[in-house]
Amino acid sequence: MDNLSELLHGFTIAVTVPHLALMVVGVLLGILVGVLPGLGAPNGVSLLLPLTFGMQPVSAIILLSSMYWGALFGGSVTSILFNIPGEPSSVATTFDGYPMARDGRPTTALATAFGSAAFGALIGVILITFLASWVAQVALAFGPAEYFAVYFLAFASFVGMGGAAPIKTVVALAIGFAIAAIGIDTVSGSVRLTMGVDELVKGVNFVVAVMGLFGIGELLVAVEEEFHARAVSSKIDWREVFRAVGRLPRHSVALLRSAAIGCWMGITPGGPTAASFMSYGIARRFSRRGRYFGTGEVEGIISPETADHAAGTSALLPMLSLGIPGSATAAVMMGGLMIWGLNPGPMLFVDQKDFVWGLIASMYVGNIVAVALVLLTVPVFAALMRIPFVIIAPLIVIICVVGAYSVSNSYLDVVTMLGFGIVGYLFKKLFYPLAPLVLAIVIGDKAEDAFRQSMLMSKGSLGIFFANKLVTCLIVGGVALLLLPLVLQLARLLHKPAPPTNETTAQEKVII
Amino acid sequence: MGGTSKLLLCAAASVLAGTMPALSAWQPQKPIEFIATAGPGGGTDNIARAVQNIITKYKLTDQPIVVVNKGGGSGAEGYVYGKASAGDPYKVIFGTSNAWQQPLVSKVAFNYTDLTPIAAMAQDEFLLWVKQDSPFKTAGDYLKAAASGDFKMGGAQSKDTDEVLTRMIEKTGKVKLTYIPFKSGAETAVQLAGGHLDSHVNNPSESLGQWRGGTQRPLCVFSPKRLPQGAKVTATEGWGDVPTCAEQGLDIKQYEQPRTVWLPGKVTPDQAAFYVDLMKKVQATPEWKDYIEKTSQVDTFLTGAEFDKFIKEDLEHVKQVAGEQGWLVK
Repeated sequence: MDNLSELLHGFTIAVTVPHLALMVVGVLLGILVGVLPGLGAPNGVSLLLPLTFGMQPVSAIILLSSMYWGALFGGSVTSILFNIPGEPSSVATTFDGYPMARDGRPTTALATAFGSAAFGALIGVILITFLASWVAQVALAFGPAEYFAVYFLAFASFVGMGGAAPIKTVVALAIGFAIAAIGIDTVSGSVRLTMGVDELVKGVNFVVAVMGLFGIGELLVAVEEEFHARAVSSKIDWREVFRAVGRLPRHSVALLRSAAIGCWMGITPGGPTAASFMSYGIARRFSRRGRYFGTGEVEGIISPETADHAAGTSALLPMLSLGIPGSATAAVMMGGLMIWGLNPGPMLFVDQKDFVWGLIASMYVGNIVAVALVLLTVPVFAALMRIPFVIIAPLIVIICVVGAYSVSNSYLDVVTMLGFGIVGYLFKKLFYPLAPLVLAIVIGDKAEDAFRQSMLMSKGSLGIFFANKLVTCLIVGGVALLLLPLVLQLARLLHKPAPPTNETTAQEKVII
Repeated sequence: MGGTSKLLLCAAASVLAGTMPALSAWQPQKPIEFIATAGPGGGTDNIARAVQNIITKYKLTDQPIVVVNKGGGSGAEGYVYGKASAGDPYKVIFGTSNAWQQPLVSKVAFNYTDLTPIAAMAQDEFLLWVKQDSPFKTAGDYLKAAASGDFKMGGAQSKDTDEVLTRMIEKTGKVKLTYIPFKSGAETAVQLAGGHLDSHVNNPSESLGQWRGGTQRPLCVFSPKRLPQGAKVTATEGWGDVPTCAEQGLDIKQYEQPRTVWLPGKVTPDQAAFYVDLMKKVQATPEWKDYIEKTSQVDTFLTGAEFDKFIKEDLEHVKQVAGEQGWLVK
């Protein structure tokens, strides 16, 4: 119970008037950068970083981490209302959040998202509080082979989960892998697939791709389909905010499962994006209402949001205890730590107790502040849905163009974003799934690096994926998730003969 | 009165000319963009932001400064941007020796000759690190074991400074190492702590926390003499206690990575001179000393012919290693 007394000491540092004020400012700024796509938490935090140099390290990290919480919450707003994910990790929230908002229930969608996000964050902080040293050990056990196995598990939980024809899922994945390969390759150092465009050496930024695929793509579809061209008449009801939050405990299984996935991915560190995708895929597989996913299911919002925040929060632990950032924002904060004269690593917990426990206590308080502020804003954001389409459509285009440009002040990104808009439109029209494409763009190159690093280590032997219990479990789990639909189908075939489909062969292709 | 006032005027003019030569030279008229050729949080990003803060604090220029990260393609994104901004004196590029090394080994669309060199401002050292509980006490022990076993050496990026040094160790120590590239030095350090690698050649700041935390320790430093003593890092040792690799029988006397500052090509000598002067002023501040100490780098300032000579020498050296490995492009 040493940790508990340390935590109480931390609270005496975090709960002071100046620190509470910093939290409110941080959270509000965070919501702002989260809502504006292209700005995002990493950019917001790096913009704020110079202001913190004169502060006490504890105050500085409280300001920055509060901004991070605000941005995580804010990122969900545009995903749900306009189908534009402000952060890579809120892409999976669009799958059910946007249909629900379109359906005239933006208040419910937003409140559900915020409520489950707060739950995920809480579980993440509790984990950090009590298992800090154990968690650090787990993260150390992850070499390239284990990393690959985790990514494999994320793909496996998402591939062939139904919805689209399996072969189309494979095509979407393959295109995503090709896009992820653009730029300099870590393992060989050579430039790939830049197609003569010098600037493409930097690769395709994820935010640029996603804003085009979802924001512009959705807009093109909406312009074509008449019924979208009117505003949603949503009733703004304060009580609905509390009712939606109050309904959350009914989905306790989904909440707990998603929090567990999120914490696991945040620590390992697969990151919040992989966590939210994986959680959504698994929820869809195991929920009784799985086949309604994608049409505005409550659990389709709960699962990615809870996992995203659990991962986002627990990603701070490897940063503090090992010096490996679990997310892009954590990487910026780590830069800040060094400038403040602190060295992230195992000694931080011994040398800088005030700093570490002040930060952990501020995570509890900061998240409460964030969820209170963000729930207050729900009716304001929901009211945005009442704005007629003729006004909102140009606004979406402006947001996407400015967002794409501000990623790295580059016109090429704007052009690429519009290109992705057309790809998104074609995918929708031809019934190709966007999710596998996005997943492959985000973690495709990481999975490739991990695989090739493993091969270098084992001198080309696949045995490295079965070399110890941890990696074997992950790989077997992934294969099991891939095979599950196939087994279920076979079982169904044995019970009652059904018309054969091409599902079997496509599944095998996925595995290979 | 004529004589005295003329004399005064003369004196005033000469004083003005003496103390403020910058007045007649070029001065920036709009905001300046600092381009860090690395992602937020990395060493190159840190130096760009440190310089920005010092300039802002001492008001070394009237114009605001913005730091932009263009770290895609191992930094190539930033250099390509610099090349495309030819003639624009409001873009300052912060990089490393990557600027001349990368074009040698991969088909990136720039060369360092597309840019105007301003200065090399700090040198980062390299050390040979092993896991805390590894049996090796000296570089000699390490080489002896590496000769028989098959050792995994980790490093940041492929065909970059870390791999060049690894190949030099192979040649000098007559051993064969398996080089595994990761995205960054921080990632490599964690892989060593987890026992997935046998060694790496990180810079001091990349593994400082890990050394203090007792997960890894340096065997030797690739430097002609030991590092300055400074404060103790662990209970018993500081940077100055780490022997040089040469004194332990691994005869690589010097290997370091400069932090470099550039302008785009085709800027006027006046404009380049302004920035050389600006960086010199930055280097004279206590904040700069503080930054150098915290990141355990070596303070240096190379500009003009000296900087050119340094680039040429380094280029020759890397060309030789890259040629032997068959990395050269074209």
